[in-house]
Amino acid sequence: MKGGHKKLFAWILAVLMIWPACFACSDSKSHTKGVYLLLDTSGTYKVELKKARALINYLLGTLQPGDTLAVGRIDTGSFSEKDIVAKVTFDDRPSVANNQKRAFMQKIDKFIKSSARSRYTDISGGLLQAIEYLNEVGPGSKYILIFSDLQEELAEGYVRDVPFQLSGFHVVALNVTKLRSDIRDPKNYMRRVEQWRQKTEKGGGTWRVINDLERLDAIFKD
Amino acid sequence: MDTTSILLQITPIPFLSIVIWGLLILAAMYLARKPFHRSVGALGRLVRNAMRLAAASVVQAEKRLETRNREVLLKAGLDHAERHLEREFDRISQAVNRDLESYPKLQRNLQETLIKLEEDYRSSTEIPQSLPDWVKVIEAIAKIKPNGDHMVANMLEEIHQTLAEQHKTALDRHRKDVAQRHGILSRMLPVWRGMHKTLEGLEKSISSLNLRAKRIDQYMDEYQETRRQTDTAYRTLSSSSLTQFFISGLVLLVAIGGAVINFNLIALPMSEMVGGASYIGPYKTSDVAGLVIICLEICTGLFLMESLRVTRLFPIIGSMDDRMRKNFFWIALGLLTILAGVESALAFMRDRIAADMEALRQTLAGVSPGSMATSIIPTVGQMVMGFILPFILTFVAIPLESFVASSRTVLGVVAAWSLRTVAFFLRLAGNLGFYLGRFLANLYDLLIFPALWLEGVVVRAMSRNNAKETEREQPPSVEDGQGYAPAAEGGKEVAE
Repeated sequence: MKGGHKKLFAWILAVLMIWPACFACSDSKSHTKGVYLLLDTSGTYKVELKKARALINYLLGTLQPGDTLAVGRIDTGSFSEKDIVAKVTFDDRPSVANNQKRAFMQKIDKFIKSSARSRYTDISGGLLQAIEYLNEVGPGSKYILIFSDLQEELAEGYVRDVPFQLSGFHVVALNVTKLRSDIRDPKNYMRRVEQWRQKTEKGGGTWRVINDLERLDAIFKD
Repeated sequence: MDTTSILLQITPIPFLSIVIWGLLILAAMYLARKPFHRSVGALGRLVRNAMRLAAASVVQAEKRLETRNREVLLKAGLDHAERHLEREFDRISQAVNRDLESYPKLQRNLQETLIKLEEDYRSSTEIPQSLPDWVKVIEAIAKIKPNGDHMVANMLEEIHQTLAEQHKTALDRHRKDVAQRHGILSRMLPVWRGMHKTLEGLEKSISSLNLRAKRIDQYMDEYQETRRQTDTAYRTLSSSSLTQFFISGLVLLVAIGGAVINFNLIALPMSEMVGGASYIGPYKTSDVAGLVIICLEICTGLFLMESLRVTRLFPIIGSMDDRMRKNFFWIALGLLTILAGVESALAFMRDRIAADMEALRQTLAGVSPGSMATSIIPTVGQMVMGFILPFILTFVAIPLESFVASSRTVLGVVAAWSLRTVAFFLRLAGNLGFYLGRFLANLYDLLIFPALWLEGVVVRAMSRNNAKETEREQPPSVEDGQGYAPAAEGGKEVAE
């Protein structure tokens, strides 16, 4: 019996020691999230920006140490680093991450107060910028949140017929408001949303629309 | 056109086609009857024999397991009884050392007390001096009545005074002597009491030794019973083992609850130390680190209990020499205290991080963080809990040892029971296979009953003809009956 106990405990200890190592060897997948939020600052949508503050606060409360959050502006030419309003990769330590979240919140507040209306809406450029940024950061799962009415208006000379490489991306359209023309003819709205869904899915990404900002927890439900 | 239609068109009338096909199938089945019976019978026997063989093998394995279980249980019982006896002998040895080591001193004390008492007794026996005899003479003279002579009166007065003085002196001396005697006697009282107390202590020690001796007798009986490997001992040990299994399992469940609480106390602050974004497999490194710390605490607790010889999970620790074991104990205790301190600090850090997170959450929600409660009671409570839990987890070693020891018996019993069940089902399957074969043969006969009925009619007619021919060829005799025997046997054979 004594020998039996000894053997049993040797086994238990060996399993305890080997078990985490096995998992470490077998799984090298990153568990972090990368979120890029595109904020529409065009004339028709500027008034909705205050709602975006609540959305960003939700994201700050939900994201964990190691996750990445960036907020980009959709304006006349959104495919530019200059349009990234704020970006942060949260530190591994929760206390530092909390301070980073506070600083991020202040930056966003300043932006919402001081941002100017843009004449055009370059959603595709913003999307390309988001893809580029998130691919560079390389998180485990990538989310692009588009806070816009999805009505793209490109300025003259801007070419956006680049196919999106959205494999591994989750694209979520938030607060897609109805325009006056949509109220007259809902088909316009449906066509617009469908067009973006097709673009996303053609690029290999997943598409989702969340119009109710009380249901933000659905963003990360894969 | 499908196969059914083709089959039904062998004659212009479908019903006739069905009848012809039926007759053909019946004929084919009748012809295949004996091979079918043989095959089904062989298959049934094969299944039954195979299953019986398997069941016999399982039963044998079960018996071997039962024997092994019995051996293991009795060995464990023997170990247990030996341990009990060893401990009782240890205790009795300690009691004897403690109580009887001071016996010579006690005896000397008693002797001294007795000598003192004797001396006091002797001193107290000295009777105080009585009043002198001449007092009576003088008293008689003093009682003489004065007859008027002045000189006589003076003389008598002198005598009276002398007598009174002498009497007073004698009385004082007598009183002093008596008081001295009383003093000696009252000094004897505490000595008597002390002696009574000493004797009472002695009596207590002796009766405690008696009790221990009785307990040793009882353990000895149990030990001998186990050594004789009687059924009673086996049953007692088995039932005790089951009780131990359930009780220790329950206590272990409670301990697991404690470990989970402990884990929750340190998992969050561990992320501050090892980072909250790294993963080991699907688990956060901070969670794994917290778990490892708890496992280390439990292991240290096990070693601590082992070095105290409370448990015997690691015989190598128990068999160390006392000095080394003592060092081992202090090292384990030191490590455990350090771990408890670390955990207490982590609990404090957890409280701070949680408060910071809550403040951030409130800021994000637009609530002023100033409204948060700032009591230190939860912080202190968490720190105390973080410090105490590792020490409480130390005691897990005791139920763990019981659980491991009793689970061997319980697993053995369960395995034996499973083997018995398997053997039963194997036998059942064998018998079912055999009787299913017979049932199939009978069902087959039922399906071709018209052919069998026809066969019976033909056979009976043929045997009647044969009998008549035999009668014609041979004159009737007493042995006539024998002529029908083969026909009857043949009939039986067909019927089978």
